[in-house]
Amino acid sequence: MPFTVNKGEVAIMLEFVQQLVNGLSLGAIYALIALGYTMVYGIIMLINFAHGDIMMVGAFVGFYSITLLGTNIVMAMIFAMIACAVLGVVIEKVAYRPLRGSTRIAALITAIGMSLFLEYMTIFLLGPQQKVFPHSAFPLKEYNAMGLLITNKDIFIIVSAVVLMIILQYIIKMTKTGKAMRAVSVDREAAVLMGISVDKTISITFAIGSALAAAAGVMVGVYYNTINPLMGIIPGLKAFVAAVLGGIGIVPGAMVGGFVMGILETFVSGYGSSLYRDAVAFGVLILILLIKPTGLFGKDTGEKV
Amino acid sequence: MQESKHKWIRFCGEVLILVALFTAVQYAITAGLLNMYYQINLTSMCINIILAVSLNLINGFTGQLSLGHAGFMAVGAYSAVIMTQFLGQPFAIGIIAACVAAAIAGFIIGVPTLRLKGDYLAIATLAFGEIIRVVLMNIDYVNGPAGVVGISKLTTWPVLYWSMIITILVVVNLINSSYGRAIVSVREDEVAAELMGINTTRYKVIAFVIGAMFAGLAGALYAHFFYIIKPETFNFLKSFDILVMVVLGGLGSTTGAIIAAIFITALTAALQSFPAIRMILYALILIIVMIYRPQGLMGNKEFSRETFNRIWGGRK
Amino acid sequence: MILLEIKKLNKSFGGLSAVLDFDFYLKPKELVGLIGPNGAGKTTVFNLITGVYKPDSGSIIFNGREIAGLAPYNICARGIARTFQNIRLFNDLTVLDNVKIAAHKNVPYGFLSTIFRTPGFFSGEKQIEQDALRFLEIFKLENKKHELAKNLPYGEQRRLEIARAMATQPTLLILDEPAAGMNPQETRELMMLIEQIREEFNLTILLIEHDMSLVMGVCERIYVLDYGQIIAEGLPEEIRNNKEVIEAYLGEEVV
Repeated sequence: MPFTVNKGEVAIMLEFVQQLVNGLSLGAIYALIALGYTMVYGIIMLINFAHGDIMMVGAFVGFYSITLLGTNIVMAMIFAMIACAVLGVVIEKVAYRPLRGSTRIAALITAIGMSLFLEYMTIFLLGPQQKVFPHSAFPLKEYNAMGLLITNKDIFIIVSAVVLMIILQYIIKMTKTGKAMRAVSVDREAAVLMGISVDKTISITFAIGSALAAAAGVMVGVYYNTINPLMGIIPGLKAFVAAVLGGIGIVPGAMVGGFVMGILETFVSGYGSSLYRDAVAFGVLILILLIKPTGLFGKDTGEKV
Repeated sequence: MQESKHKWIRFCGEVLILVALFTAVQYAITAGLLNMYYQINLTSMCINIILAVSLNLINGFTGQLSLGHAGFMAVGAYSAVIMTQFLGQPFAIGIIAACVAAAIAGFIIGVPTLRLKGDYLAIATLAFGEIIRVVLMNIDYVNGPAGVVGISKLTTWPVLYWSMIITILVVVNLINSSYGRAIVSVREDEVAAELMGINTTRYKVIAFVIGAMFAGLAGALYAHFFYIIKPETFNFLKSFDILVMVVLGGLGSTTGAIIAAIFITALTAALQSFPAIRMILYALILIIVMIYRPQGLMGNKEFSRETFNRIWGGRK
Repeated sequence: MILLEIKKLNKSFGGLSAVLDFDFYLKPKELVGLIGPNGAGKTTVFNLITGVYKPDSGSIIFNGREIAGLAPYNICARGIARTFQNIRLFNDLTVLDNVKIAAHKNVPYGFLSTIFRTPGFFSGEKQIEQDALRFLEIFKLENKKHELAKNLPYGEQRRLEIARAMATQPTLLILDEPAAGMNPQETRELMMLIEQIREEFNLTILLIEHDMSLVMGVCERIYVLDYGQIIAEGLPEEIRNNKEVIEAYLGEEVV
């Protein structure tokens, strides 16, 4: 008998691909946030605990841009990206730069403090309640392609994410700034000797990373419709795991890691239990750290004694 | 022989002070001088002291940044509650169960994670703390997210006070010994410590397990005073609360941890109606201390007999 | 009788060979030097001997037993101690405490004694203190015993590192550039100190040094390392006139 597929099997396959597609949007969001983590870690060896909260600020800026200024979604995203780029640069200058010579533990504790600061300052100023993204900003349109359900939100998120990632790759590979960023992350002292302004390069890195997180924040607002001051914590942690999965400090790794985490999470909550959905990220993190801390694309370099 | 007589007199004097403190508060309680507000804050203070001193052993003295201390508190709390509420055992059994369970959890988590360095270790402990919380949320035997209510109030002042004193004594005695020096050498320079014959992994795990055990004790005491426990009670924000105390007091000073715990308890009480402001203050404490005075209030100095003599001019 | 024997030791980092087919031996009570241009792999050899790195292949036999790949604290227990190129003292501990840590591997009391402060604890601590003070006296640091290690002047920090290593009562002492940053007077004092402790403690000493006056002055035998391989071995006079050695250091033939 020639190879045939029956209706039940088609349904299962379709379901599988549908989950894959759902996971892509989520993955795109995680990838954008993960890029910020990985770029900052690559350049100053700091886990920027506050990064998820910068994403949250971006979501809020986008929200107020739409509700107070009446802009469309793209302008809202641009405003959010600019605002968070500035925020990222300010945070680096005020809280992280003074600790550049200190232990990494000191910097990590400061980053934790900055994260709490952003969260609770937002609660203090805007109240803890969640805010709803107006439907008018992005009216939902669903498309049916070969039995798969795709919304215009999915398309918007994935397309924007891909565009931003292409722009990022261009900046890193083709511009002088990108070269400087790579130089500083490989050997800071040598970069100084080559005439690169380390301070400026680090500021730019924070600006770019924060802008990407802001875009992700607006996308979260579009995707889930609601935002709240503590929304950055869990996605921030998951994106961090994505960055570690791909290899912390490695840009393509963050992109791949983000999509993997998004798809993994969608599958777990689609097929498994949604109660354990969040624990999956923690579990993945523990596994990576114990088995291959340098991540999928990372290299093993020993410590010089 | 003069020296040992002096030592004995000093020792008796210290014991006397501790007992006097205990008796004074006990009297105040039985005479009804301390209303519920003060009792709650006093209990929180002692529990916070136990948490801060035990976390300081791991973060401050051993130099391993652990961000999941609340997870061990949870293990202790739930273990004790299962013993007393579900299995009808006396409080003493509950406390022992809490300490043993938390120590075991500390060992299971410590052995794999303490191989990691610096930030990776910190993140791994944070992740494990959250895993404990998520697991507890999914155990129906203890009502999952709703938690356990109606826990009998078995944490009396004597139990609380002497638990706190024992915690402090064990940590102080441990640190002021060859074992303590070994532990601190791990913080100072792991490679050099190894080459001096110190099995650094062993001592990291020992400090971690002891710290976890006392966190478990704190959890048991907490559960049996505050009536309700939920997995949410022991989330990473609780871990950060304890971290703030240890950072403020000075990583590596037991005295500092105690003072900071008292201060933070008072601050929490004062800002009860303004939780957001309290968290903003915590955040500022972490940031400002790290930038301007990373050694915290006490640095790694202890308020010891030597300091006492120096300030109040004893003989020397 | 051979105290330390190394056979065909190999170690590479990410494809780059740091130590290649390294053969080496030490006889008891010898004072041997390991020299070579920067980056030749000398510290790597020390790290391999003391267990900081694990070799890719080869064997290291000390006192008749294989120690390659053992954990550093085990190697210390076997009787090898070392100092570091960049001083690695316990900075926030006092001079006295730095040396006391050496006693821990043979600590004379247990955990329970520590917690319950038994008489055994107090007598044990007294013994540790006395032993530590003895070493401080030998190295003329007893007047700085309560000073924090990080506050000592550079020369005294180097001496403290040696004192601390000696307090572990080793059979073999490995010194990594002990004279780095010292002026000629200090170097001479260091030479005398090395000779003194060698006699007093029946030590075998292996050292890395760039200061040729020290090397030629105290070493009985010298190995020369370049690009991870031994290019010469012998008495100081032989090495001084060895063409390959001169080339390695100066990079071109000097006739």
